[in-house]
Amino acid sequence: MSGTAMLNVNDLFVSYGQSQAIHGISFGANRNETVAVMGRNGMGKTTLFKALMGVLPLKGGKVEVDGVDLSREESFRRVAGGIGYVPQGRMIFPTLTVEENLKTGLENAKNKEIPEEIYALFPVLFEMRKRKGGNLSGGQQQQLAIGRALVTNPKVLLLDEPTEGIQPSIIKDIAKALNEIRKLREITIVVSEQVLSFALDVADRLFVIEGGRLVHESTRANIDADRIKQYLSV
Amino acid sequence: MSASEMWNIFLMQGFAGLSLFSVLLLMGLGLAIIFGQMGVINMAHGEFMTIGAYTIFMLSSLTETYAPTLTPYYFFVAIIVAFILAFAVGWMAEWALIRHLYRRPLDTLLATWGLSLGMQQIFRSTFGAKEVSPTLPEWLLGSWAPAEGLDIPINGMFVMGLTLLVTAGVFLMLYRSRWGLRVRATVSNRTMANAIGINTKKTDRMTFAIGCGIAGVAGAAFTTIGSTGPTSGSLYIVDAFLVVTFGGAASLLGTVASAFGIAQTQSISEFFLTGSMAKVLTLLTIITILMIRPQGLFALKVRR
Ligand SMILES: Nc1ncnc2c1ncn2[C@@H]1O[C@H](COP(=O)(O)OP(=O)(O)OP(=O)(O)O)[C@@H](O)[C@H]1O
Ligand SMILES: [Mg+2]
Repeated sequence: MSGTAMLNVNDLFVSYGQSQAIHGISFGANRNETVAVMGRNGMGKTTLFKALMGVLPLKGGKVEVDGVDLSREESFRRVAGGIGYVPQGRMIFPTLTVEENLKTGLENAKNKEIPEEIYALFPVLFEMRKRKGGNLSGGQQQQLAIGRALVTNPKVLLLDEPTEGIQPSIIKDIAKALNEIRKLREITIVVSEQVLSFALDVADRLFVIEGGRLVHESTRANIDADRIKQYLSV
Repeated sequence: MSASEMWNIFLMQGFAGLSLFSVLLLMGLGLAIIFGQMGVINMAHGEFMTIGAYTIFMLSSLTETYAPTLTPYYFFVAIIVAFILAFAVGWMAEWALIRHLYRRPLDTLLATWGLSLGMQQIFRSTFGAKEVSPTLPEWLLGSWAPAEGLDIPINGMFVMGLTLLVTAGVFLMLYRSRWGLRVRATVSNRTMANAIGINTKKTDRMTFAIGCGIAGVAGAAFTTIGSTGPTSGSLYIVDAFLVVTFGGAASLLGTVASAFGIAQTQSISEFFLTGSMAKVLTLLTIITILMIRPQGLFALKVRR
């Protein structure tokens, strides 16, 4: 990948104890670009994202955001360095209100008020702002998790299977929101997915991950949908 | 004994219990926020209380020697200094010792216990083995007699007020300050808190230090009801643990309720029974209730 990419991932290795799960992944993503990482269950999507976020340590390789090497930094410093993270399973803070959940992302912000823009993007969060996060529905929690990551003002937004366990109408909303975010902020979005239709709604480029390696890459324009479907079916 | 005399004794023991309640509550609060945030059981918590008590003693002696006219007022400043000293020592203890042992509960238990013994030895070498008492300001002594045969000690009411203030302050901090938000996010999900930008290690240190500082205030309160020796704090640690377990470790409201219950049961029954029988009664009640509600008096009602 070119050195000008906003996100630069170079020869990444990650292991759980003795067992290696990511075997040398490299890719880049530009400013104002959305890329999707497609793969079946257990192929290493979450492991890759956790390693990018610093939740798991790297065995080898490099993660750069906007030219700054973040490979050895703790997660909270990577947030300051411009990575926003929406984990699989959403992981909102159930005991905090919606408003407080959003405020946790303001750690590096000068103004500690939640930006209007977040509520404009997800009006349901404004309606529910006094409710405990744990009492929201799955789809609402997903919007909260995205909102919370956006509040950190990321240059690169990582979303790990944002459509998992969410009903189709809300999946459409989330796709719309992601496209809206990109239009508004011109940031880089990396999303992992198993649902091809969603990926095609949001991504400019698609990768396929299998067994901890990227095995296929194509742009949306030149996509070979049947081939990707084959990767995604068991 | 007439019914009204009985009632007066009941009331007076109740007010005497308020001092104990205050000390237990302040101790329990500190223990609970430290345990809640990092899962650390701080066996040295009693010694941080002792730091507070000795601080009052030192400042009392200093005031008497150098500025006797200030004797009526030094107590207020001394409480703040007690907090600051205990806070500072707590900060250093976290940095030097505790932070290396997170996620190893047995090791932290041993390490903080060792710390407690070490601190006791330092107290002994510095202040001697004999118990000391600060000269309390005149206005703290004596009692208020709203009715014939009913004497309510002023120090008890003062300590009570102080405790309410500190408790309200802790609640405010937890629910309204940035530190509180960091703590509650970290308690809820440490990994995620870090991944949203919160420096969880710094939050740990801050929380540990604040918990220790509150114990220092407990020590200041303690000087109004007892004299201070190197092991004074360790006498309260078991009761403070009881308060936290009984209240439900995740709930500060539970800590308040259980400190009140334990202190009152202890104090009121102490008048009618011997001290150790009163303790047996308190323990029996706690054990019975914990058997019915193992999660403690209060538990969170939120989907996790
Ligand atoms: N904590 C762990 N310890 C050991 N191995 C793990 C651990 N977590 C995941 N793995 C292994 O790493 C591999 C990749 O898992 P990962 O969770 O990254 O897959 P995924 O693509 O996110 O799957 P899914 O679509 O089900 O979320 C799997 O073989 C999995 O068994
Ligand atoms: Mg996954």
